[in-house]
Amino acid sequence: MAKRVLTFAEQREGKFKKSAFEAVRTGKRVADELSAEFYTLVIGDENVEKIAPELGDYGAEKVLIVQDSRLGQYSLTAYAKVIAEVMQKVEADYLFMSATAMGKEVAPRVAGKINAGFAVDCTDLKVENGEVIATRPVYAGKAFIKVKINSDKKIFTLRPNVFPVGEKDGKVASLEKIEINLNDDDFKVVAFETIAATQGKIDVTEADIIVAGGRGLKAPENFKLIEELADVLGAAVGASRAVVDAGWRPHDEQVGQTGKTVSPKLYIAVGISGAIQHLAGMSSSKVIVAINKDKDAPIFQVADYGIVGDLFEVVPALIKELKKVLGK
Amino acid sequence: MKIAVCVNRVPDTETKVKIGADGKTIDKTGVNYILNPYDEFAVEEALRVKEKFGGEITVISLGGSENVEVIRRALAMGADRGILLKDDSQRDTFSIAKALAEVLKEISPDIIFFGKQSIDYDNQAMPSLVGELLGIPSITVVVKLEINQDGTIIAEREIEGGRERIRGKLPIIIGAQRGLNEPRYPSLKGIMAAKSKPVEEREAVKFENKAEVIEMLLPPPKKAGRILGTDANAVEELVRLLREEAKVI
Ligand SMILES: Cc1cc2nc3c(=O)[nH]c(=O)nc-3n(C[C@H](O)[C@H](O)[C@H](O)COP(=O)(O)OP(=O)(O)OC[C@H]3O[C@@H](n4cnc5c(N)ncnc54)[C@H](O)[C@@H]3O)c2cc1C
Repeated sequence: MAKRVLTFAEQREGKFKKSAFEAVRTGKRVADELSAEFYTLVIGDENVEKIAPELGDYGAEKVLIVQDSRLGQYSLTAYAKVIAEVMQKVEADYLFMSATAMGKEVAPRVAGKINAGFAVDCTDLKVENGEVIATRPVYAGKAFIKVKINSDKKIFTLRPNVFPVGEKDGKVASLEKIEINLNDDDFKVVAFETIAATQGKIDVTEADIIVAGGRGLKAPENFKLIEELADVLGAAVGASRAVVDAGWRPHDEQVGQTGKTVSPKLYIAVGISGAIQHLAGMSSSKVIVAINKDKDAPIFQVADYGIVGDLFEVVPALIKELKKVLGK
Repeated sequence: MKIAVCVNRVPDTETKVKIGADGKTIDKTGVNYILNPYDEFAVEEALRVKEKFGGEITVISLGGSENVEVIRRALAMGADRGILLKDDSQRDTFSIAKALAEVLKEISPDIIFFGKQSIDYDNQAMPSLVGELLGIPSITVVVKLEINQDGTIIAEREIEGGRERIRGKLPIIIGAQRGLNEPRYPSLKGIMAAKSKPVEEREAVKFENKAEVIEMLLPPPKKAGRILGTDANAVEELVRLLREEAKVI
């Protein structure tokens, strides 16, 4: 029997995340390799119909839309129910989602409902002999496992920023509304308010470039150097645990084992020693730059480019050079 | 209030991972084990709930006999009793969740705490999956929890770019994130008391694995990076390399 693949495209407040496009593109690729039929699911309130066509650009063919004014706010219990029921409706064998805050929470619940094995936070998906083989980090990225799922239904969540979105296709996807019966009891937990860390701030898990600072900055006010460098690059600001514990920076900027796991294109570590718990969160960054005055700092073992020097001289010079070169 | 906390025993964060002889799990020789760091926040929050509402805290762990260590640690912090689900096999998340859910069904707690993830397999799936298996809601990556007398709760969880506030009701499962509280250290008195607290041992119920590890690999070695200089003069070269070689800016 022909297989079917369903990808969940996450939106919040009427906007798709970049990771939603990554999931759709990857779902489409895997569906092609499995010769499977491909569906994309969007959930939300009345506004999602307006944004759903965008998904055609990233490989979506049939977009299924579940709309309910109550779905405008994220509810784990309701979202899991909708996804599980849509999976059953279209008889999907595979579900792909992003390993975002939402995806990580929803996917295991859907798995419980439909008795599906799952692999979370995958960094690679390959089809080998008709089977999807997932690679995912364990032990905070100190090792990887290759996982195969043996149940009939299979769920994979994809680490954001790892899978390519590709060029826009300019294709038009078909849209279909699906009715799912929801009652109040399905909304056992509901997100009723979001508190932005700081208005307009880029989150480290979503950033292409991160400029992270550590204890080498000596005092909280010196973080303006990091902010200025981040600003020139359009980057997010990250921090080591030492400075978060000291109260210099908020916890949502912490990168590492007990902070966030990031995979940006470029990670610039300034005055960070590179303790194993910090490396755990950022070592999968594509390109790593370290600025540290200690030539033996462990950060240099993972850095692609390093400057052994005083950050208070190097960073201002770097800001100046970047402004010149990037024409800012 | 009936309170449960599920805890795990994991290699400490400094562990240098080596692949074991089976090629699928880590080499355990010389590895130091600890109570999963996120579970400390879970135990602490359970203690605070008990301090506010009264009740009993049951600590549950699934694993070999050595998992009794982490149960005792939670008892030393102040939990009341432990259940060790004995199992030496390699289980996937699904099969662990099923075994935990069996016992939790029996206890039927008003609130169940987990750490948001175990730092070995980093699945971050247990609170959601066990919640589904028990038919009760869950909230994970929780950094703030407020429980009211009428059983309604408000929790804050971390999301991209901030936090979201969640409304819910008991019974519920909470996945604790760092920031939720400051875990206490077991006192000497607590450690002594823990020795006489009951820890029941049972065989964990068997369930099939749905996910199978085919192979464990180490990350590809990074080729040694280049030191471009020792002062601000290296900056020009750095920017050139980032643009022309790495092509990231
Ligand atoms: C269970 C556990 C979990 C942890 N989780 C995390 C985590 O999630 N994230 C995390 O980051 N850490 C974590 N840690 C902490 C980690 O072990 C380190 O303590 C922390 O990363 C150190 O932060 P740092 O590099 O900023 O500070 P330090 O180790 O103090 O390093 C500061 C660096 O700045 C350099 N420096 C100083 N002055 C200058 C200058 N003028 N110019 C250039 N360089 C300068 C120094 O050479 C040094 O290398 C965890 C620890 C434990 C035990």
